[in-house]
Amino acid sequence: MIANLALQSIENKQLKGAISIRDVVKIYDPKGLAVMAVDHCSLEIKPGEICMIVGPSGCGKTTLLNAIAGFHEISSGEILLDNKILCGPGQLKAEPGPDRVVVFQNGALFPWKTNIENVIFGPVMQGIMSRPIALEKARQMMADAGLIGIEDSYPGEISSGMRRRVEIVRALMNEPSVLLLDEPYRALDSLTKSVMHEALLQIYYKNKTTIFFITHDIDEAIFLGHKVIVMTTRPCKPKKIIEVDIPHPRDYSVLTSRRYRELIEETIDSVHEEAEKAFVAGEKEG
Amino acid sequence: MLARKRVNMAGNVIFFSSNAWRKNNIIRAAISISFFILFIEISARSLLLFGFKIPFFGDLPKPSDVVKVFTQVIFEPGYWYSWIASTWRVLGGFLIALLLGVPLALCLALNKVFRGIFFPVFEFIRPIPPLAWVPAAIIFWPTQELAIMFITFLGAFFTIVINTFGGALSIDLRFLQAARSLGATKLDIFRRIVLPACIPSIVVGATIGIGITWEVVVAAEMISGASKVGGNGAGLGHLIWSNYLGGNYEMIVVGMVSIGVAGYICSTAIRYTGSRFTSWEASK
Amino acid sequence: MNSEEKYLRFTNTAWKVLYWFASPAPYLLIIGIGLFLGSWFLFVEVWRLPRFEKLPGLTTVIKEWLSPDPIYGLSIYTEDYYKHIWVSVRRVFFAFLLATSIGVPLGLAIGWFPRFKDYVFPLFELLRPIPILAWVPISLIVFKGSETPIIFLTFLAAFFVTTLNAMLGVQSIDKSYFLAADCLGASKQQVFLHIVIPGALPYIFTGLQISIGVCWFSLVAAEMVSGEYGLGYVINTAYSMIQYPTIAIGMITLGLIGYSSSAIVRLIGRLLMQWRSRELSVGGSR
Repeated sequence: MIANLALQSIENKQLKGAISIRDVVKIYDPKGLAVMAVDHCSLEIKPGEICMIVGPSGCGKTTLLNAIAGFHEISSGEILLDNKILCGPGQLKAEPGPDRVVVFQNGALFPWKTNIENVIFGPVMQGIMSRPIALEKARQMMADAGLIGIEDSYPGEISSGMRRRVEIVRALMNEPSVLLLDEPYRALDSLTKSVMHEALLQIYYKNKTTIFFITHDIDEAIFLGHKVIVMTTRPCKPKKIIEVDIPHPRDYSVLTSRRYRELIEETIDSVHEEAEKAFVAGEKEG
Repeated sequence: MLARKRVNMAGNVIFFSSNAWRKNNIIRAAISISFFILFIEISARSLLLFGFKIPFFGDLPKPSDVVKVFTQVIFEPGYWYSWIASTWRVLGGFLIALLLGVPLALCLALNKVFRGIFFPVFEFIRPIPPLAWVPAAIIFWPTQELAIMFITFLGAFFTIVINTFGGALSIDLRFLQAARSLGATKLDIFRRIVLPACIPSIVVGATIGIGITWEVVVAAEMISGASKVGGNGAGLGHLIWSNYLGGNYEMIVVGMVSIGVAGYICSTAIRYTGSRFTSWEASK
Repeated sequence: MNSEEKYLRFTNTAWKVLYWFASPAPYLLIIGIGLFLGSWFLFVEVWRLPRFEKLPGLTTVIKEWLSPDPIYGLSIYTEDYYKHIWVSVRRVFFAFLLATSIGVPLGLAIGWFPRFKDYVFPLFELLRPIPILAWVPISLIVFKGSETPIIFLTFLAAFFVTTLNAMLGVQSIDKSYFLAADCLGASKQQVFLHIVIPGALPYIFTGLQISIGVCWFSLVAAEMVSGEYGLGYVINTAYSMIQYPTIAIGMITLGLIGYSSSAIVRLIGRLLMQWRSRELSVGGSR
């Protein structure tokens, strides 16, 4: 199925969503405890790339995501999106917006709206699509993501795996430059996870949005990503960058390939080292 | 963050409930309260100042007079005796409600048969307002004091039972299972898991309950003053009512403020005691 | 909901009812009611225990309540009975409506606008601890007539509860929903309409249930102190005119009506918050 999708010409779509993180520092409570969460972090993410951020819990990865999304301010440094400044000296906090939509760790589908109401929320609120057109497109996108028949149910009535997918579709309705995912599959069991990974890739191949994906699972990171960045424990800083050269489109057969195993071998030592440091430091869940 | 915390529902919210007592907050609070008092002061004098009376607010006693009367009355022993009389009734009824209510609630929660028998009747009696019991209580109890205490007991009793019952029912099953697998006996489980886990709900019930108790005491004192049902009431409610009859409107406000303060002190005391017993909640 | 789902829901409920009958619940219920009525009967009329003997007995009350020609003037056959009920209900209804229409918007505003909260909430908290009945003399001075003070007092009690709960409702909304709405490009007004109001509804309705109980509490008290009709007045005068069975009739009627009014509020809540009932019927939320 995924091979078929690959044949569709997606190359024509202009890729956007190049993120440039330059020397970002984030210090919490500068006057009191002065906890440094992010320590001179610099990253470059290519447009249309799936970038996986791996690190132990509480190391500050979410802080980085929040800075890009515009939820928190940074202490110094700057972040650019497609060469436009999101936040930097003079404007330490970016404006949250539909070009960088977040999919939250515990899910943030509005429980009082039906699934399809959730999905059309973005475009309708911004006024860029009328309701009937939005509903039409939403149905289409949900069908593409394999979510047929649940449009008029409430999020509380469907499984958590499906909720994640609805949330991703909700984000993608806005045609964002970047999709920011904060450990979205953390709470799912590994069987559901592997299916969700394929589903995410399927969606990605259709849209080619830049994806900024935070996780603590190396297997997930190497399976999905073009690039995997291993972060140190707090304060967070890129420790090792691995280019995953397994060709897209990928499916679960990749999991048993030799190249996959080699990449895991390369990565696992760094990740384990950081995990041990975090364990000793007694990090609370980030 | 107040995201998913189990918040005190209708109980007294701590006055400045945000985490930072910022200067701005205090200044704004002071501004609005001063404006309010100033507005009443001006309205009370409106007939003299403007030649016409501001509706509703124009009939209120002047705050300046209230303060004057207050500074005089705090030296009179009769005033403080009212405090004692009301507080005594409140505490009496409240403590009995606590002593009877908590065990009852625990029995209701832990034993299904007991619950099946007694809960429906309880739920049927609960909607009857405590004050509707006043005549029945006066007929039944030999003295008026006991009657009033019975009413205050009723006020707090139902709230304490319902809250404790809810708290006991919602104890996470896994705690009980964990205890059983670690070899605890039934008594152990009761003493070391059920009771401590109920304390937050008991505190919530007690905080709301004491508020209701104050309402009931004031009401009972005023009603016994109003309908002349039995002797002299004494107490802050009676203070307000007799001053109303006597035309001393400033004392009415003094009484209102006093009761408000008394009620606030009681709720704060309960919440403080409760937090001493639930030290684990503070670290959340 | 199509007809198939409706049929399933119906049979579901039918089974639940049948199971209830087969369980010990209804028998225990009967035992409980029996114990209560039985002890009332025995203590007062048969054994004539001291103190208890002065109370009106069960048979006297029931005979009086159901008699077409009551000795003390009040039974289900007399017109006055319904007149008193109607007066009380009308007062509560009006006060409750007023308190809700002022309290809910005020509470939402206090929860949502920090500046507004800074000005209004301290004043609110200053007035709230004052017991409702302490306001009786002031309301008698300020409002001429007999009906207005009663409605004012009932309103006041409900008002404080409703406002407080509406405020708590806003504060209880998970911050992620606000962040998600920001990402999706919603304006402040849209957030208020689509997130704050539905999100606060559960707390608002709990508050409304408490508020209607408080309404009855204050109404009875107010009617006892000053009033010419209504159930509180009935109970009070019945006492002074030594018509003891009427006291019991009044109390029982109050209990029944009080219970029904809370049940109606609860029902309206369930209708407005469809997503919750559906979530719970599927077996729990996230």
